[in-house]
Formats: sequence, structure tokens, C-alpha cells
Amino acid sequence: MSNTEMQEYVTVRIADQRFGIPVLQVHDVLGSVKLTNIPLAPPEVAGALNLRGRIVTCIDVRKRLGLSPSEEHKNPMSVVVEHHGEPYSLLIDSVGEVLSLRQDKLEMNPGTMDARWREVSSGIYRTEDKLLVILQIDRLLDFAVGANVAA
Amino acid sequence: MDDLLSEFLTETNENIGIVDAALVALEQNPDDGTQIDNIFRLVHTIKGTCGFLGLPRLEAVAHAGENVLGKIRDNELAVTADVVTIILEAMDVIKDVLEVLEQTEAEPEGNDADLIARLNEVAYGGGATATPAAAPEPEPTPEPVVKERELKVGEVSEAELEAAFASAPGPEELAAESEPELRPGEVSEAELEAAFAAAPGPEDDIAVDPMIAEPVAEEVEVAPVPKIVPEKAKEAKAAPEVAHKETSLANQSIRVNVELLENLMTMVSELVLTRNQLLQMVRGMDDNEFTVPLQRLSHVTTELQEGLMKTRMQPIGNAWSKLPRIVRDLSHDLDKKIDLVMHGAETELDRQVLELIKDPLTHMVRNSADHGLETPGERLAAGKKETGKIVLDAYHEGGHIIITISDDGRGLNSEKIKAKVIENGLASEAELDGMNTQQIQNFIMRAGFSTAEKVTNVSGRGVGMDVVRSNIEKIGGTIELKSEDGKGSVFTIKIPLTLAIVSALIVECCHERFAIPQISVVELVRASTDGRSDNTIEMINDSPVLRLRDRLLPLVHLNDILRLETAADEVAEQSENKGSEEFIIVSQVGAYTFGIVVDRVFDTEEIVVKPVAPILRDLSIFSGNTILGDGSVIMILDPNGIAAKSGENVVGDHSVEEEGQHVSAENDKVAMLICRAGGQEPKAVPLSLVARLEEVDVDTIETTNGRMVVQYRGKIMPLVTMNEDAKIVETGRQPILVFSDNDRTMGLVVDEIVDIVDEQLNVEMASSVEGAIGSAVIRGKATDIIDVGFYLQKCFGDWFSSGETAAYGSQTSSQRVLLVDDSPFFRNMLVPLLSVAGYEVSTAENPLEALSMRDAGKHFDVIVSDIEMPEMDGFQFAEEVLGDERWADTPIVALSSHTTPQDFDRGRKVGFSDYVAKFDRDALMNTLSQTLRASGGAK
Repeated sequence: MSNTEMQEYVTVRIADQRFGIPVLQVHDVLGSVKLTNIPLAPPEVAGALNLRGRIVTCIDVRKRLGLSPSEEHKNPMSVVVEHHGEPYSLLIDSVGEVLSLRQDKLEMNPGTMDARWREVSSGIYRTEDKLLVILQIDRLLDFAVGANVAA
Repeated sequence: MDDLLSEFLTETNENIGIVDAALVALEQNPDDGTQIDNIFRLVHTIKGTCGFLGLPRLEAVAHAGENVLGKIRDNELAVTADVVTIILEAMDVIKDVLEVLEQTEAEPEGNDADLIARLNEVAYGGGATATPAAAPEPEPTPEPVVKERELKVGEVSEAELEAAFASAPGPEELAAESEPELRPGEVSEAELEAAFAAAPGPEDDIAVDPMIAEPVAEEVEVAPVPKIVPEKAKEAKAAPEVAHKETSLANQSIRVNVELLENLMTMVSELVLTRNQLLQMVRGMDDNEFTVPLQRLSHVTTELQEGLMKTRMQPIGNAWSKLPRIVRDLSHDLDKKIDLVMHGAETELDRQVLELIKDPLTHMVRNSADHGLETPGERLAAGKKETGKIVLDAYHEGGHIIITISDDGRGLNSEKIKAKVIENGLASEAELDGMNTQQIQNFIMRAGFSTAEKVTNVSGRGVGMDVVRSNIEKIGGTIELKSEDGKGSVFTIKIPLTLAIVSALIVECCHERFAIPQISVVELVRASTDGRSDNTIEMINDSPVLRLRDRLLPLVHLNDILRLETAADEVAEQSENKGSEEFIIVSQVGAYTFGIVVDRVFDTEEIVVKPVAPILRDLSIFSGNTILGDGSVIMILDPNGIAAKSGENVVGDHSVEEEGQHVSAENDKVAMLICRAGGQEPKAVPLSLVARLEEVDVDTIETTNGRMVVQYRGKIMPLVTMNEDAKIVETGRQPILVFSDNDRTMGLVVDEIVDIVDEQLNVEMASSVEGAIGSAVIRGKATDIIDVGFYLQKCFGDWFSSGETAAYGSQTSSQRVLLVDDSPFFRNMLVPLLSVAGYEVSTAENPLEALSMRDAGKHFDVIVSDIEMPEMDGFQFAEEVLGDERWADTPIVALSSHTTPQDFDRGRKVGFSDYVAKFDRDALMNTLSQTLRASGGAK
């Protein structure tokens, strides 16, 4: 496998940090939508929404990453991904452009990074202006692991 | 062909197919218990049905096969290739016989004695000695037929082809030929081919689900193909006539794959949801160009939905058609006279549901005939009509269909069931003692249970009611059983009409909407907290309850359950402003009825239940979610989950309540004396606490030291009034209740002694008022239970401090008593008594709490423990205490309402120092002091 292969990422912004999500995993980008609260659900679950007749579970990525709730972004956007055939929407602050990056430029997570972040990140790109943390959807949606790390 | 026979052939062919596959799987994985259970059950079914249809040859083979399988199931026989081979061989014989049966409608002549002997040898001879290769297989069927019957669906044998081509002009006719006698509802292959020409073929389904009535497969297998096959091979000239006959029938109805209907149903459901969404959108706008087409769309959608629902509905009579014959044969077999009465056969229900309940129903009718009804002789002896009666009844009720199967037979014998339960190791004797009749009877629906004394043809191998129950529960139904010894049994099955779309009640709680399936909603009650409406929510301690007709209904607040706390305060404020109106959804889970309090109730809506996302699966409180007409997602509440979730406060109460019921069911209603004193509301006190009822002349009441006293039996007895409002009558005689404690007596002044009733005492705790332990529902009225201890203390508190009657052997420091009792009533009653007598009392609600005191390093001089307690009973507790050296020296006194000599013996055996009846306070006091003396002396 060639390391110079290009990989495209949708960049999203959460709490002034840019994250990348592999573009092929992104099904939809939604504006602010009405969420149905799910009582007793894990704190990371923000609710459920109706996406063209499908029920999509919403994940509050801020909570998942251990960040405080946003003050300014009252109406967050969301990115819909699929995990084991189930749709999930990830609540984020805003969506940026799509970047095409070389795989061999992906760097290891620094060891000093928060454990919760290391858990869900597959690596970091140094782009021109800012760093881009690549999110691993599988890990992000695997709460049990997250809970262990947090504990 | 007889419908019954053809149905049998379809079913048995299917079953044998499954058995074949399962046997092979079993051989590869011999430890798979479910596999062998499944095989055993199927073979059992085959055997049973053969018996009813009068097919002795098949029955004999199946029976022998079943014996072998039974040994495997009971782990008495290892699964080896030889064993599997011989069972497969038996299956082959059955298959062969079935083929002949299909053609001739009669069992062929033949002798399977050799095979049966070998099967028996395997089963009983202790080893798999069979040599299948050498087995002279009875082969009464003509060779070509066998070959053709084994053809796969859609395949045609060479011989058939040749014969067909030789005589028939085209392939259509060939296809038609093979279905000469279509039953109503069937369609020829040719017809289907034409019908499905444009659609993706359903052939894919054949392999996936042989149970589904896949049209092509069904035809080849079920329709009496073989009948024509040999004929055709020889004389194909019959073909044109046959083909003609079939066309006319086929035009009327068509057999369709259920899966196809299922898919259509799903799509229509989606369509309905989309339509609802569109309607919601347009509703907000003024007239525009969408309105009219949308109305049309809406109309068509509704019709489509209704039409499709109709295609799935079938009268339940279809599932019953076999029964009269079965009952008739049974009555012959068993020498019983049986009447089968069927009501409501035209009641329609979803086809899928119908299929699933067919077998359970048959099984239950068989059971009723075999186990339930007695022989004519027994019936006459019991003073009943000679002819037993089995009544089947079906009717709609709400979104359910209710089917009852009742018989007027001997009913269920609890003793027999108990014995069997113990024998089969399903529960211990102690566990059984703690159960009521209903619970014991329900054991017949547990796996591995059968009460028939001997294994008969009909039933008794323990593959009965558990299968029935699990099948019914699989489709969201419930089964209840009521039985009275000697009078008969009634089984009530409640199943949803359809599984696809459910009607749900939309409710609001803390501005969030939730759906509750209407199936679980018993009724809706509007209640207030300020007494403005008929129904008022009352608080017992902190638990809300509602007086609903003759019972106390425990309530749970949905916002508590869902932990919507922040909003809860807001709601509380709101409800104060709005006149505190609340809605209670009365819901039933099993035998447990409770109310769910919500803020608002909207209408009902038809919803399609969708499963929740995997990460939310462990939330038992939701059974799914769905999209409403306005496009929003809504969570569907699961009342089972709510009941379980509210466990801490509600289910706990419930178990106490159940305990109480059980006690009352046994023998233990408490005699309560009801009186009035200081107010109109009734008050009650356990009769066993009252020493005497007296009336004293008012003139004899004297006053000393600011107290009222009366000379009574040569002593001075103080009189106390219930409260300030209670007054002594001016003249005449004053009724009093005399309480006696050791050699002290006290008179409690009451206005009137109303009655003495036997009631189950179920105290709800609310001891906010001095002198009352709490309140209970007695004769349908909330009644305060008098705290005798309180008045005793009021009377003698200062007297006792003189130490005159202080606890024996406690000159310097008081003796420490640990009281373990799950009943708050007894704890509250005994604690004052014991403290008054000078003991230092600690209490524990249950043995576990007591043991945790031990772990905390506490010590007591004596332990008084109840016997009947949930989780850990007194006997176990005693063993636990004696088994650990920390408390091993502490004497334990058992306190119980069961005071038979056996109970005493058992109590002594496990190490109780003494055993005292619960209401015998004097005995308790004596026992305590004696026990303490004895142990004090020993130290």
C-alpha cells in the first residue's frame, strides 16, 4: 500500500479545535434540527432526530471528548455517520471544507493528549494554519471503551 | 383429500425436513441442548398427530424414535453417528409412508418391527449397536414415486418430463398437470409463474424459510402431486381435464408468500407515516395546490392500509378446524366423553399471529382432554355430568384478541404440582411454602414439567405448557391460568391483534412526549392533589397512592422514573397554578397494577415500532421509538421497564403486598377490632392485642394525680383517651378496650366499638400522628391502626422507670435486643413493648440488614427474628448467624405466625433457642427473659 495515497476529510470545528472525519463515512450534514430527548440515556447521547424517516441517534461530541457545553453555539450542526448499519449524528459546532491529505503525513497522537481524545483519534495532521485531529468513528461511538478510559 | 390429512402431511413434511437438518447439526455439535429439545418436540408432535389420525404404523416408528431422542435429551445416551443414523432412518421410513399416504390416503401395509426393535435397542439396550447399512428398510412405496418426491422444488424428473413432453403440447400444461386438485386458496405453478413474471422471484425465500408458505414450494409438496405423478408417467391423457379444473379454482384466490405481505405491510406503514407528515405540513398552510392531491393520497393510503390489513386477517376458526376431530379421537383413546364447544370462530386476527397460536391451542385442548377432564366414572363420583366439556371462546377486546380454553374437569392439583416441582428440582420446598396457589399452578408452564402420572400417547413428556407459554409470549401475548380443584381450569390467552402497527397513547411529561402502547393501558384516571376532582392523590409517607375503587393503587411519577428532575419543579409550580390536575395511566404488568402519573394526555396514534439504537438497548424503560405524524421522534415507553425501574419504592411495596396476600391466602387474616374514638374516622387495633372489652360505669371513674383511673379486678387501671377530642361520656357506661402487659392493665377509652373483622392487614406507613402506626384499607375504608405501644408508654412510661418490671437479669445495664422483622407493623408494635419492658431495642428490616450490623461489629444479647421474610427467611438467617462465631453465642428467638409443631421442630433444628407465636406477647416476654437468663447463666 502506498503511503502517498490521498485521503479526504470533512473538517469540523468543535470548541475551536478542528477535527477531520473521513469523507466516505459522512452521509449527511445537517443544520440545526429538533432533537427528541432520551431520558436515562448515557450522557453522550443528546437525543434522537428524524432524518427522512430514519431515526438517528445524536451524539454530543463535546461530552464525549470531555468538553464543556458550548455557550455560543446554541444551534449546533451535525454530521451523520453510520456505525454497524445504524445512523448516528455527531453534534458539532460548525463544518468546514473538505481537505485532501496524504496518508503518510498523519502523525501519532502526542502522548500528553487527554486520554479521551487519544482514544478516539487515529492521528494528527499538521495543516498550514492549524492542527487537524482525525476522529475514528468506530471508537467515538464505542461508549463502553470511553467510559473505561474516563474511569 | 381430507383437509385434516393434507394439513398433517404439509406439517409433517415440514417437520421432518427440520428434524433432518437439526439431527445433522446435532451430530456436529452434540452438546447443543436447544437442538435436541427442538428435535424431540417435533418428533413428539409427529407422533401425537399420527395417533389422532389413526396411523398406527407411523406412530409406532415415531414413538420408538422419540424414545431414543428422549434418552439423548436426558443425557442418558451419547450422540453418536450410529444413533443419528438410525433416527434418520426412522425419519426416512416416516417419509416413505407419508408419500404413500399422500397418494392413497391410507397407510401402506408394511412391518417396521425390525427398525423399531433396533431403535429400542439403542434406547434401552445400552448402546448404539445398530447397523444401519444392513437395515432392511421397509419400502412399500413404488420406486419412481420415491425418487420424484425427493426432487427439489421447481425441479422435474426425467421420467416426468419425458412423459409430459410425449403427451402434452406445451410446458404450461405440464406445470398445470402437476397440480390437479387445488384446494381453495391455492394457485397453480403456471399461474404463479405468470403472476411473478415481472417481479423478482420469490424463489430466494425457499431456502431461507421453509416454514413460510412459499407458493411454489407449497404446491409441489402439499398438493397431492404424487397422486397424479405415477398416473402421468403411464397415462398422461388425464392432463387436459385436470388443468381445466384447476384454472377455475385458481382464479378465485391466490396463495401468496407471507413474507411478501410482510414487506408490503412494512412499506405501507412507512407510507402512512410519510402521509401523516405531509398532512401535518399542509395543515399549517392555507389552501394551496397541494391540498387536493394530498387528500387523495391520504385517502388511497388509508384504503391501501386497510386492504392490506384485511389480506392478513383470518378467522380464528381456521386454527380450530382440526380440534373437533382431535377431541373425538381423544375421547375414544381415553375412554372419556368430551363435548367441544367453540364460540367466536369467526373472530379475525392477523394471519401471522394465527399461525403462531395454532399449535399452542391444539396442545392446550389436548391437555384439557387428557389431564383436565376425568373419566366418566370419576365424574359421576364427583357429582358431575358424565360428559366433560371443553369450551373454546374467542373475542376481541380493545386491541387484543382473547382466547379462553376452559374445562370442567378436575382442575389443577396443587399438591401434585408441588411434589412434581420438588421432584424435578424446579424449586425447593421452602420456596414453595412461600408461594400462593396461583404461583404454584404456574409451574405447569415451566420447562421440564409434567403432572401426568404416566407418559401417555397424548401428553406427559414435559414438552407442553412451557412451549405454549413461550410461543405466546413471543408474540407479545400473555397467558393466565385459573384453576379450582375439582371444578376445572380456565386458560386465558391475550394476544395482540396484529404485530405490525400498534396503537399508542401519546402523553406528555415535563414538556417531552412519550408513547405508551395502548395494550398495556388499562384505564385513564384524572386526579387532583387538592380534592377538587373525585380522585385525589394521597401520600403515604412520600409515596403517592390513589384510592381507585376498592384498592390502593401505587403511583409512579414519570418524571421521577425518567429523572426529568429539573423540569419536575417547574411542573410542580405549574400544577399549583393550574389547579393541580394530573393524569394517571393505570397500567398492568402481570398481576401488578400501578399508575403512571403524567402531565398531559394527548390522543392515540397508530405507530410503527422501530427498535432503538444499539447503544440504548440496555434502557429497559423504552421498548422502541417511532416517528410521529409531525415528523418528530418519540420514545415508546415499556411499562414492564417502568415497573422494574420503580422497583425501589413500588415493586418493594408490591412484594410486601404480595406477601400479605399470600399470608391471607394461606390462613392468616388478622382479626381487627374496629372502633371509633375522637372523630368519625374508624380506627383499628389487632384483636390479639386487646385483652378484654369492657364497659365501665362512668360513676366509677375516679381521678388520681390528674389521671383517670378505674378500679378493675382489685387493681387500679389507668384510663387514657385516644386524643384530646375524645371525651368520656357524661352518664351511663363507657366502652373501653383493656390492654394488658405483664401484670399492668390499661384502659383505652373509645366512643364506640364498631365491629370485628377478619382482614388482611397491609399497613401503609404514615406514623405522623402520635398513637397511630399507620393506616390500612379495612373494609374499603382507610383506617388508622392504633399504636398500643404508644398508649402503654404514655400510661406506664414513668412507672416502668422505677425498674419494678424491668427486664429480667438486667440490674445494671439494659439488655440489648435485635428485632428482625420485615413488617413495619410488627416492628412498630414490638419496639415500644420491648422498650417499655426495659430492653434496648434495635431493629432490622431484613436479615441482610441484621447481618450488616454484625459486620459493623455490633453485639446483642438476644435476637428476635421473624420467619417469613423476603430474600432470606428466618431459618436461613439463623443458620447464617450460628455459622459465624461473632454472633454464634447470641440466642435467637423465632417469631412467627406459623406455629405448628413441625414449625417448632424445624426452628429448633436450625438453632433457634425458642419459637414464639407472633401475637403472643406474654410468651414473648417470658421467652426473652428465660432465654436471657439461660444464656446469662451459661456465660
